[in-house]
Amino acid sequence: MKLNLKIWRQENATAPGGIHTYELDDVSEDMSFLEMLDVLNEQLNAEGEEPIAFDSDCREGICGQCSLMIDGEAHGPEVTTTCQLHMRSFRDGDSITIEPWRADAFPIVKDLVVDRSAFDRIIQQGGYISVNTGAAPDAHATPVPKDKANRAFDVATCIGCGACVAACPNGSASLFLGAKITHLGELPQGQAERDTRVVNMIGQHDAEGFGGCTNIGECTAACPKEIPLDVISRLNWDLHAALRHGK
Amino acid sequence: MTTRPALVKGSRAVRSTIALKMLMAVSGLIFVGYVLAHMYGNLKAFSGQEAFNDYAHHLRELGEPLLPHEGFLWIARVVLLLSLFVHVFCAIALWRRAGRARTTKYVVKKNKHSSFSSHWMRWGGITLLLFIIWHLLNFTVGRINVNTGETGDAAGDPYTLMVQSFEVPWLTVIYLLAMVALALHLHHGTWSAAQTLGLTNNATSRRNAKAIGTILAVVVAGGFSLVPIFVLAGVID
Ligand code: HEM
Ligand code: SF4
Ligand code: FES
Repeated sequence: MKLNLKIWRQENATAPGGIHTYELDDVSEDMSFLEMLDVLNEQLNAEGEEPIAFDSDCREGICGQCSLMIDGEAHGPEVTTTCQLHMRSFRDGDSITIEPWRADAFPIVKDLVVDRSAFDRIIQQGGYISVNTGAAPDAHATPVPKDKANRAFDVATCIGCGACVAACPNGSASLFLGAKITHLGELPQGQAERDTRVVNMIGQHDAEGFGGCTNIGECTAACPKEIPLDVISRLNWDLHAALRHGK
Repeated sequence: MTTRPALVKGSRAVRSTIALKMLMAVSGLIFVGYVLAHMYGNLKAFSGQEAFNDYAHHLRELGEPLLPHEGFLWIARVVLLLSLFVHVFCAIALWRRAGRARTTKYVVKKNKHSSFSSHWMRWGGITLLLFIIWHLLNFTVGRINVNTGETGDAAGDPYTLMVQSFEVPWLTVIYLLAMVALALHLHHGTWSAAQTLGLTNNATSRRNAKAIGTILAVVVAGGFSLVPIFVLAGVID
């Protein structure tokens, strides 16, 4: 198929950017979206033009590196990551607008690549449990009720891609935060640091310049891992508890 | 390179954006309770002039002799005014924050998965604020009778002022538009408040909270709209 691609190009973090238009022919519907961009880059290379910078790593939907706003939807029209999106979701002759995640807390590095280290700093503020390392403990040393284990596991699938921020009209990272808070808060190992975790993580979230949540729900619809909106309720509940405990 | 924020130390729960949201949720729920009671009171208009004026009069005696004359009314006024101040203050703070969180807009952005009401909270809130100011001038503070041009006590008893106001079509239209804004605000606001207070921790409770929001929107905005519509139709006069 033939595509008309409108892609955001920006030299570096401070240079002004803009939409550039590219024609791409012979796109197979079996290609992934990133493979389609690879082909475009080869074409640009051959023409002596600077290839388009975009992020990817695993290309199997588990690392959270890939990040594109495709026609106004984070990771495009399917509930999956950009690397797992295939060109069969598009039609011959389509015009596709490709932009980077837009959030001031995720500054653009170049073209479609953004710096998501704000998420790393949020994790540093409590997205872990403090335990002695060493030999792995026996699996049954700390019993975990099955339903809690399931829930913790479900929300632990968050890959930190940032689509929730990209999709949110407020530029809030509440879904990401809620996923982490719920994941550790469901487990016995997460209890000791539960209050400080939520307070420190939201403190970092706010300092990074993410917006406040108004429960619009675009985040959960954009999330490739289908993290549900109730993790945000859980986040709020934990902050409420921390408030009561004077944290 | 742009400078990146360091790891912040000494974070406090009360200083978080979620604390602002909780203040909005609590003040918002106070409004919800209030509009429910207010809407119920307005329906007294269907029982005629005497019943309606009696009701307005009784509100002033509510709580007596434990409270002084108009004591209950003044407590309610102070609580509502404080809530309004808090609600609007937090709304503006969060609105500005959201603006700064994305200073470069998308060329194309779809919002296919969210309700219209959720996107209308801020402009709808401003609509409500303007309406509240006009509404107080109309019926409480100034008592402006647009129909006769009289103000204050000369504007007539509560029933007369209400009926003569709604006999003015453009006033009724403003009132009904404000009720649309209120319905939208309640539709999203009710469930949003439940979520902010941490009460919707699974899919069922989320569905219930949304259903309550829809019901409240229909009942409250619908209930408020009945009186002006029936005045305009000449059923109440
Ligand atoms: C009758 C009057 C009002 C009622 C019943 C009401 C009710 C509510 C409720 C229950 C919420 C949800 C709080 C939460 O998300 O946790 C809310 C949110 C909000 N209100 Fe109001 N409110 C009223 C007036 C106003 C006014 C005058 C403004 C104007 C500036 C305003 C602006 C907002 C905004 C911006 C939100 C945030 C949206 C969100 O978080 O989802 N509201 N309101
Ligand atoms: S919550 Fe979903 S959208 Fe947000 S970072 Fe995690 S996986 Fe990505
Ligand atoms: S490249 Fe790893 S999730 Fe897409």
